[in-house]
Amino acid sequence: MNMRMVRRTSVFAALLIAGIATALPVSTFADEGTVLAIGPRPVDPEVSGEEHAILTQAPNVPPPITRKHATKVIVEMEVIEKTMRLADGVEYVFWTFGGQVPGEFIRIREGDQVEFHLNNHQDNKMPHNIDLHAVTGPGGGAASSFTAPGHSSVFSFKALNPGLYIYHCATAPVGMHVANGMYGLILVEPKAGLPPVDHEYYVMQGEFYTTGGYGEEGLQGFDMNKATDERPPYVVFNGSVGSLVGDKALTAKVGETVRLYVGNGGPNLSSSFHVIGEIFDTVYPEGGSEASHNVQTTVIPAGGASIVEFKTEVAGTYVLVDHALFRAFNKGALGMLRVDGTNNALVYSGKEVDAVYLGKAAGGGETERRVTALKAEVAQEIKNNPKIANLTKEIQIQKGKAVYMQTCFVCHQPAGEGVPNQIPPLAKSDFLTLNGRDDIIRGVIAGRTGPIVVNGKPYNGTMVPMSYLTDEQIANVLTYVCNTWGNSAEPFTVNEVARIRQESPAPAASSSFE
Amino acid sequence: MRKSLQLVCLTALLLGAIRANAATHEAIPEGMARIPSGIYRPLFRSVTDPAEVRVNEFCLDTLLVTKGDFLEFVRTNPRWQRSQVKRIFADENYLRDWAGDLELGTNANPNQPVVFVSWFAAKAFAQWKGKRLPTTAEWELVAAASSTRADGENDPAFQQDILRWYSTPAAKELPVVGKSAANLWGIHDLHGLVWEWVADFNSAAVTGDVRNDTGLERQLFCGAGSVGAKDVRNFPAFMRYGFRSSLKANYCVHNLGFRCAKDL
Repeated sequence: MNMRMVRRTSVFAALLIAGIATALPVSTFADEGTVLAIGPRPVDPEVSGEEHAILTQAPNVPPPITRKHATKVIVEMEVIEKTMRLADGVEYVFWTFGGQVPGEFIRIREGDQVEFHLNNHQDNKMPHNIDLHAVTGPGGGAASSFTAPGHSSVFSFKALNPGLYIYHCATAPVGMHVANGMYGLILVEPKAGLPPVDHEYYVMQGEFYTTGGYGEEGLQGFDMNKATDERPPYVVFNGSVGSLVGDKALTAKVGETVRLYVGNGGPNLSSSFHVIGEIFDTVYPEGGSEASHNVQTTVIPAGGASIVEFKTEVAGTYVLVDHALFRAFNKGALGMLRVDGTNNALVYSGKEVDAVYLGKAAGGGETERRVTALKAEVAQEIKNNPKIANLTKEIQIQKGKAVYMQTCFVCHQPAGEGVPNQIPPLAKSDFLTLNGRDDIIRGVIAGRTGPIVVNGKPYNGTMVPMSYLTDEQIANVLTYVCNTWGNSAEPFTVNEVARIRQESPAPAASSSFE
Repeated sequence: MRKSLQLVCLTALLLGAIRANAATHEAIPEGMARIPSGIYRPLFRSVTDPAEVRVNEFCLDTLLVTKGDFLEFVRTNPRWQRSQVKRIFADENYLRDWAGDLELGTNANPNQPVVFVSWFAAKAFAQWKGKRLPTTAEWELVAAASSTRADGENDPAFQQDILRWYSTPAAKELPVVGKSAANLWGIHDLHGLVWEWVADFNSAAVTGDVRNDTGLERQLFCGAGSVGAKDVRNFPAFMRYGFRSSLKANYCVHNLGFRCAKDL
């Protein structure tokens, strides 16, 4: 009651400001703003029963829907603004649907009636709402779910169209809400369901516009100029650099089928989604219903999604990238799928990840065979403990070469010769011997910037941090670099690298606004 | 009630007409600063709304209303105490961070800004003080000033500074008022401490695109949020408009306080 009163009052005032206190019907304005109660909805004859949606955090996906009828699905989602890791040593205040970026995965069935509860956590600074692209209706639910901190809103919609859809916050300034991580995926399964697969995963790309450059430590603010210029320091999968790397890599076994639900929150960039070493057997472009087959790279627009499926054939690590490659190598758009080939190890032993990359990048057929041969020699030793610490220096060098050819050669050049006046050489480099091992490791993890002298020549550039590499990869690549092109050193160990990574300074304390 | 509300808004918005006879050399009340007249250009407006709104000179509290100030108010106005207030005037979060009707709590500092107050409560406080809430036009005009210039919206560094607040986590404990540097007009804490109620907080909704007559707040959403906006780069202003539009007059929010204005 009071609301209607206030609305009308302010409408009255606004009309006075505008100087148009004419015959405009006040009720046109007042009614919309007073909608509060959830009145009785018309009964949908197709819908029976009721259930609460299972929501999952990436990279997990809720289980397939087995029921054969439409039902009422209650979705409870909480908006939380919180500080989290964006990269090693880098923090950011994310605005999230459900506490993580991307937001929780919602899975419903075509024809379902969804009752959506959006709860805006009481400690949040901002009002928020949700626009689900799966909704048919003005704003996709945005107006109906606009919620102040410490309040909640409820609205309902019927899932008319099957497909994979984005949802995102649509509160002004919408670009900033999305740039802070407010996006996720909702899958509307077709009535007939989707073909069963062995693994389903949830991957979502997004950019972050930090005030500092890539890898600059401490709590980073949102940079409006970089956002409007579309120059993000970070392009990442699942909300942070390294979210799908190492222990957090996606997994499958040889011969299994994998389905990836891939979204792109943007806010600005389209993704050229690619899995290095895989061909997508099936793609549902833009999350629609038409299947396309035998696809290498699929474009995912900002505010769009794609379903990709493939069967794993060969053991190894498959790297998920945005094939706009500087985003992958320099901005964090890298993820990994580790395919284990337990019983078929012999059959596939020559084709594990490093060899595959070499084959693509540097004609590494010979290297591939050599790794296999060396592996066979030490197979007995490594059988029970495949940690790199127990491998021979030579295998480390070969593996390190693979890392080098994937990560380092773009700048330092294939033979370590560098680029005159720009990129210092690694070949016969006095820098590597004059500086301690710890400093060399630190340079890879934390990057390097400012003037240095290498072999008597000055350089003043920036090496971006390669902290997304695993300890093992860094140990291998340094062993390779320091034992090639006239360099010589003891092998670098995983323990050495882990120790240096540990000691890298903690994120700077957050500075409060004065 | 409705009539008196209209009256307040009329008073606030038609200042120019009403104060034609006002004395020009009236003393400025303690704790307030004189704001010279100026031109406010609304962020959102319809084709029929004026591009510029003239704001006459007025006085504004240099500091936010504190918990200590508000305690004094509820002590002399028991119907605004936490256990007495009517739900239609303040939701269940009203003064939630207080320990009781007349106790701030052991960890509270009376110099912290009062929060968890509704628009009705803020307005009642202002009336009790013989003041009123500032209008959106007045508040935005004052808040546009950086410490050195009146048109801070054209100073990218000032804008980025304001945005920094949104990029930092909410403080566990609210800072006390008056610790940040005053702006050009001598006003503290307009940005970076709490949001602030204004008299016509919900009027942005009707200054949008009138062709789009469904959804009062909808023009603030998504790409449509920039339709009719005078400066699409003024992100802090978008956020303030967005925040105000999400409110109802009985809402009480953890980071929403107020300060008072007065006619000269």
